[in-house]
Amino acid sequence: MASIDLTWVIGGPQGGGVETAANIFAGACAGCGLKIFGKREYYSNIKGEHSYFGVRVSDKQIRSNINGITMLAAFDSETLFRHAEDVFYDGAIVYESDLVSIKADEVPTLDEPFKDRLVKYLGSKNKPNTIQGMLDAAKERGVTLYPVSFKTILANLADETGNPKLRGMFRMQNVLAVSVSLGLLGLPPDTLLGSVEGVFAKKKEIAEMNKHAANYAYNFASAKFQKFKYQLAPIQKEPNTLLVQGFQSTGLGKIACGCRFQSYYPITPASDESVFLESNETFDVENSRPGSTIVVQTEDEISAIGMVVGAAVTGTRAATSTSGPGFSLMAETLGWAGINEVPIVVTLYQRSGPSTGLPTRHGQDDLQFAIHAGHGDFPRIVYASGDIEEGFYDTAKCFNFAEMFQMPVIHMMDKFIASTVATVKRFDLKKITIERGKLLQTVSTPNYRRFEPSSDGISPRSKLGLENGIFWNTGDESDEFGHISEDPVNRVYKMDKRAQKLEVALQTIPKEDQAVNYGTSEVCIVSWGSTKGPILDAIEILKKEGHKIGFVQIKLLTPFPTDYIKSLLKNVSTIIDIEANHSGQLGSLVNEHLDHKVDYYILKYSGRAMTSTELYESIKKILEKKAEKKQVLTYGV
Amino acid sequence: MVSNLSDYTTEVHNDWCPGCGDFGIVNAIQMALAELNMPRHKAAIFSGIGCSGKTSHFVNVYGIHTLHGRVLTFAQGAKLANPEMTIIAAGGDGDGLGIGAGHFVAAGRRNVDMTYIIFNNAVYGLTKGQASPTLKLGLKTKSLPEPNVNQAVNPIALAVASGFTFVARGYAYDVRQLKDLIIAAVKHKGLAFLDVLQPCPTYNDINTRDWFAGMDHIDEITKKPRPRIYKLEDTGFDPVVHIDSPDEENEKIAQALIKSNEWDSKIPTGIFYKNEIVAPYHERIADRIPNYLENPPAYQEISSGSRPITDISKILDSLEV
Repeated sequence: MASIDLTWVIGGPQGGGVETAANIFAGACAGCGLKIFGKREYYSNIKGEHSYFGVRVSDKQIRSNINGITMLAAFDSETLFRHAEDVFYDGAIVYESDLVSIKADEVPTLDEPFKDRLVKYLGSKNKPNTIQGMLDAAKERGVTLYPVSFKTILANLADETGNPKLRGMFRMQNVLAVSVSLGLLGLPPDTLLGSVEGVFAKKKEIAEMNKHAANYAYNFASAKFQKFKYQLAPIQKEPNTLLVQGFQSTGLGKIACGCRFQSYYPITPASDESVFLESNETFDVENSRPGSTIVVQTEDEISAIGMVVGAAVTGTRAATSTSGPGFSLMAETLGWAGINEVPIVVTLYQRSGPSTGLPTRHGQDDLQFAIHAGHGDFPRIVYASGDIEEGFYDTAKCFNFAEMFQMPVIHMMDKFIASTVATVKRFDLKKITIERGKLLQTVSTPNYRRFEPSSDGISPRSKLGLENGIFWNTGDESDEFGHISEDPVNRVYKMDKRAQKLEVALQTIPKEDQAVNYGTSEVCIVSWGSTKGPILDAIEILKKEGHKIGFVQIKLLTPFPTDYIKSLLKNVSTIIDIEANHSGQLGSLVNEHLDHKVDYYILKYSGRAMTSTELYESIKKILEKKAEKKQVLTYGV
Repeated sequence: MVSNLSDYTTEVHNDWCPGCGDFGIVNAIQMALAELNMPRHKAAIFSGIGCSGKTSHFVNVYGIHTLHGRVLTFAQGAKLANPEMTIIAAGGDGDGLGIGAGHFVAAGRRNVDMTYIIFNNAVYGLTKGQASPTLKLGLKTKSLPEPNVNQAVNPIALAVASGFTFVARGYAYDVRQLKDLIIAAVKHKGLAFLDVLQPCPTYNDINTRDWFAGMDHIDEITKKPRPRIYKLEDTGFDPVVHIDSPDEENEKIAQALIKSNEWDSKIPTGIFYKNEIVAPYHERIADRIPNYLENPPAYQEISSGSRPITDISKILDSLEV
C-alpha cells in the first residue's frame, strides 16, 4: 500500500527559476529513495509568461501525473490564480503573503478566456477577483494556507550574513519556496542541501549562497508552522536509480549505440537532445581511441537531414532530431534516403500542430504524417517509444533497423516524454546490441553493384572511401550501379526490391519489439507512445476495483504488424483507442488493418498530457456503458 | 602510378545537348582528378538537380546525385563524417543560387574544406528555359514569354560576402584554365567556389559561345572580334590575402567585389579571392575534439561484434540519485 503519493506544483514566470526549484525538489526526494514523475509546462516565451512544474512523489512506481495538487508553491500571483482551484481539499498552498491584494485585472499575462473562467469561478463562490478571493475559496474547501514573506526572509538573510545584496535577490524566491515546502513536508534538510548543491554544481559561490538560503527557509518553515498533514520520509534507496529527463534518454541512446553525427535546427521540444549530445561530444571507448559525436547546428531542417544522409553514406551512424514543423521540411530528403536505401534515423519529438500549433505543448499529432511523409512509395520504419526508458533502448533498436533494412527510421517521441523528469533504472548497456546489417568493411572484387539483387532485397552496402566500393546514388530511379534508369522492367524490379525489405523487417523484428502486450481481456486498450504511463496507472486503479482491462502498446507503426496485433486482439470484444490527437490516428491504422474496428476513442488534444485520473474516469464510463464513442479529455492548465 | 583521364570516365551515356558547355566542365573535372593522381575511392562528386546534376554519373569516383538545391548539405555531411574524402559538389545556378541560396550562404560561414562548382548558364534547361537567378534584368532568352523582371544575383560577390575562402570563375570552353582552377580549388584549404560560365546552346540564345567570344563585338581597327572573356592573372591581379590584417582582407574583398561587377564588354575569369587565414571547419572542430582528424566519425569503432563499446558510465553516474 502506498503511504506516500503526493503532487507538488511550483509555478512562476518563465525565467523565474521554476525549473531549478523543481529540479531541487525532485533531486531531494529522489535522493531519499522516493520515486519521481515530474512534468514541465511552459509557454512559447522567454521571460514572463506562466510556467509550472508538477512533481509527483511516491514510494512506489509511478508512471503518470494525476489530477489535483497536494501542495502548491507560489511566489507570483498568476500561479495562485491558475492553480489554487486545483489544490486538493486536504492540500496546502505556500505563497508569498505580499500578493493577497492583487486583482486578476492587474496580471497582464492572464489571458482573457482564462480570466472569464476565473471570474465565473470566483463569482460562484461569492469571492472578489483577487488573490485573497482565491485563497479564501481554497480555505473554505479545507485547504491549509501557509503565507510566507519571501521578501522578509531575504531581508533577514541579508542582515544575518552581512550581505546586503541578498535583500534584492528576488531570483532566490524559487529556492526559498522549495525549501519552505520541504520544511513543511518534513524531508530531512541534508537531502535538500545536497540537492541544491547538485543543481548548482557548476557555480560554487552561488551554490553556497543558495544552500544557506535553503537552510534558513527550511528552518523558518519548521519553526513557524505546524507540520503539514502529509509528510515525506526517506525510504530504502534502490541502487542504480537515475533521475533523467526524456530528451536525455534518446541522447544517451545515441552515444551508446554509436551515432557519431547529428545535425539539427533549433526547435522545441527536440533541440534539448542535440544540445545534450554536444555537451557530451567526447567520451571513452573500450579498447579504442576516445570517441566523439559531431553535432552540427544547420541553417534549416532541410540542411539538417541532408547532412545526415551525407554522413550516412560514409558508413557513419547519423541522425537528426526535430519536431513536426522541421519534419515537414525534411519530407523530400526522407524520400531520397528511401530510394537510395540509406540508413538514417530521425528522432521526432512531436508537439501540438498543425503549423506552429502549440509549440511548447504536448501532442501525438504526427503519426499518420510520419507514416506518409514524402512523395512516392518508399519503405521506412516508424517506431514509437512509450516512456523515458524505452527512449534509450529503442534508440539503439532504431539504428539497428536502419542499417539492417537500409531505410530511414522515424523514431517517435513527444513533448510529454521530452520534458518529463523521472526516476528510472540505470540504463543497461548489456541490453542493447549493435547490428550493422550488410555494411561492408572491404570490397575485394571490382564491379561492385550497390543495388545488386539478393533474396531478401537487401544488398551489401559499401560506403564512401572503400577501395573497389565505388557506387552511385541518385534521387532518380536507378539501375544496380545507381545510375539513372527509366527502364520499365528495372523500375518494377527496384520498387519490388525496396518494398520487399518491409516484409523482411516484419519477419525479423521480434514480436515483443513490435508491440508490448500487457495482457488482453474482453475490454482492451490499443495505444502508442507516451500514453503508456497514464494507461498503465489507470489500469492498475481499475484492477483494484475488480476490472480487468487489457492493453496492447503498438511500437512498430510501419510496417504495421497486422498479423501479430490480430492474434493479440482475437478474443477481444471491445477495443478502446487512446491517443493524444484529434482524429485518432492509431485508430485509423487499426481500422485499416484489422477487421475489428475501434469501438471507443479516448482522445486529448488540449496540448496537455493525459493524467491517469482522467483516463481512469473515462475508461470507467465505457465499462459502465455510459460513454459516447469518442471521449475528449481536457484536464490541465 | 600515374592516372589516365580514362580512369575517371564512366560508360554512362551522356545525354547533354550537342555543344553544351557542360561537356567542358566534366572533362575539366576528369582531367583535374587525373592530374591530382586522385585514388578513385578517395573522391566523391555530389551533384544537384538539372542537367549539371548528371555530372556525378559521368565521373568514375563515388557519385551522389542529390536533390534540387540541397547538394551542399549532403556534401558537407559527408566531408565532416569522413574528412579524408576529396569532395566536389556540382550544380546549376538555379540549384545553388535559387532554391539552394540559403545553403550557399550557410556553407560560406562554415568553410568546410571542399569544392563547389556552379554550372552557370542563366537558364533552367531541363524545364525548358525559364530564367535562372543569374539571368540579367530585362533579358529575354528565347523561351521566355516576356523579358526577365528580376535582377541577377552576382555569384562571385555573394560567395565572397558569405565567407567562401576561395572564389574563382572559369569558362566552360577554356577547359585547360578550368582544369587548373579546379585543381587550385581542390588544393585550397577551405571552401572553394567556382562559378563556371557555361553557355546553354538550346535555351540561352543571348550569352552564347559566340557572344562570349565577342563575335558581335568587332574591333573597328583590326576588324576582329574582341573576346569578352579575359583572365585576371594576365592583368597582374593578386587575389590572395597574404597577411592576417583587416586592411589586407578589406582590400582583397573590395577588389574582388569590384571585379565581380564587370560584365557586358569585359568578363574576368580566374581567381577573384583566396584567403587561407580563415580556419576551415575541421580545424574549428579539432579545437574541441583533439583527435577528430585521426578518428573521424566514419572510422570510429562503435562495437565489438554486436556489443556496444562506448563508455557512458560517467554520464550515467552524474544522473544517479
